[in-house]
Amino acid sequence: MKLFRKPSREPLWRDEFSVFSGEEKYVSRRQFSKFLVLTSLGMFVGNLWILVRSWFSRQPSYPVMAITHVDEVPVRGVKLFQYPTPQEQCILLRTGTDTYVAYSQKCTHLSCAVFYSAATNRLECPCHNGAFSVHDGSPLQGPPRRPLPRVVLTRKGDVLVATGIQLEG
Amino acid sequence: MEQKTSQSATRSVTAIDGAMALIVILLIVQIWLVSATLETYLAGHHETALPGTIISGAIFLACFGLYLFIERIDAESHKP
Repeated sequence: MKLFRKPSREPLWRDEFSVFSGEEKYVSRRQFSKFLVLTSLGMFVGNLWILVRSWFSRQPSYPVMAITHVDEVPVRGVKLFQYPTPQEQCILLRTGTDTYVAYSQKCTHLSCAVFYSAATNRLECPCHNGAFSVHDGSPLQGPPRRPLPRVVLTRKGDVLVATGIQLEG
Repeated sequence: MEQKTSQSATRSVTAIDGAMALIVILLIVQIWLVSATLETYLAGHHETALPGTIISGAIFLACFGLYLFIERIDAESHKP
C-alpha cells in the first residue's frame, strides 16, 4: 500500500498550481487537511508542554513565614499579608477567640480581590458577587466553582506562622 | 468509460470531504481538551495533564491516519 503520493517529476509549484481544473479540488483539499493535521500536532505539543510544566512543578515548596502576633488581630478582624511571594496577597481572619483562618485573596473566578464582609460573615468578591465561606473557603454564591486556596497556619508561641498552601478546601 | 472516470473522481472527492470533516471534528475536541487541561493545570490540579496528553496524542494520531487516507485517495486519483 502506498501511503504518500509518488513525487512528481514536475517542480512543486506546477504540482500545487495545476492548470487542470479537475486537479484543483484535490490540491485545495490536500493543503487544507495538511493545515488541519499540523494544527492538531500543535495542540498535542501544547498538551505535552502542560505535562512537562506540571511534572517540574508537582510539589512546590512553600516558605515558613511569620504572619502576625495572635493579639494583633481582634475577633472577626482581618489582616492582609503576602504569601508565599510578595505578589501573592492573602487575607487572615480571626473567626473566634482562638481560631484563625487564612486564604488567598484572589477570587477563583477571575482573580479579583475578595474582602471580608462582617455583616454576612463571608468572604465576598465585588466583581461578580461571588462569595466564599470563612470556615473552609468553599464557594457559596456567584460564578466561582472552586474554593479559595487556604494558607496553612500553625501557632508558634504567640506568633501565627504560614507553612504552606492547600488548594482544596 | 469517461462517465465511469467521472463517477470515480466524484466518489474520491466525497471520501476526502468525509475524512476532512472527521479531522475537523477531532480538532474541535482536541482544542477543547487543551483548554480544559490548561485551565485545570492553572487551578493547581496537575493530575489531569497526563491523561489529557495521552488523549490528545491519540487524537493527533487519528488525524494523521485520516490525512494518510486522503493522501492515498489522492495518489489513486492521480494514477494514469
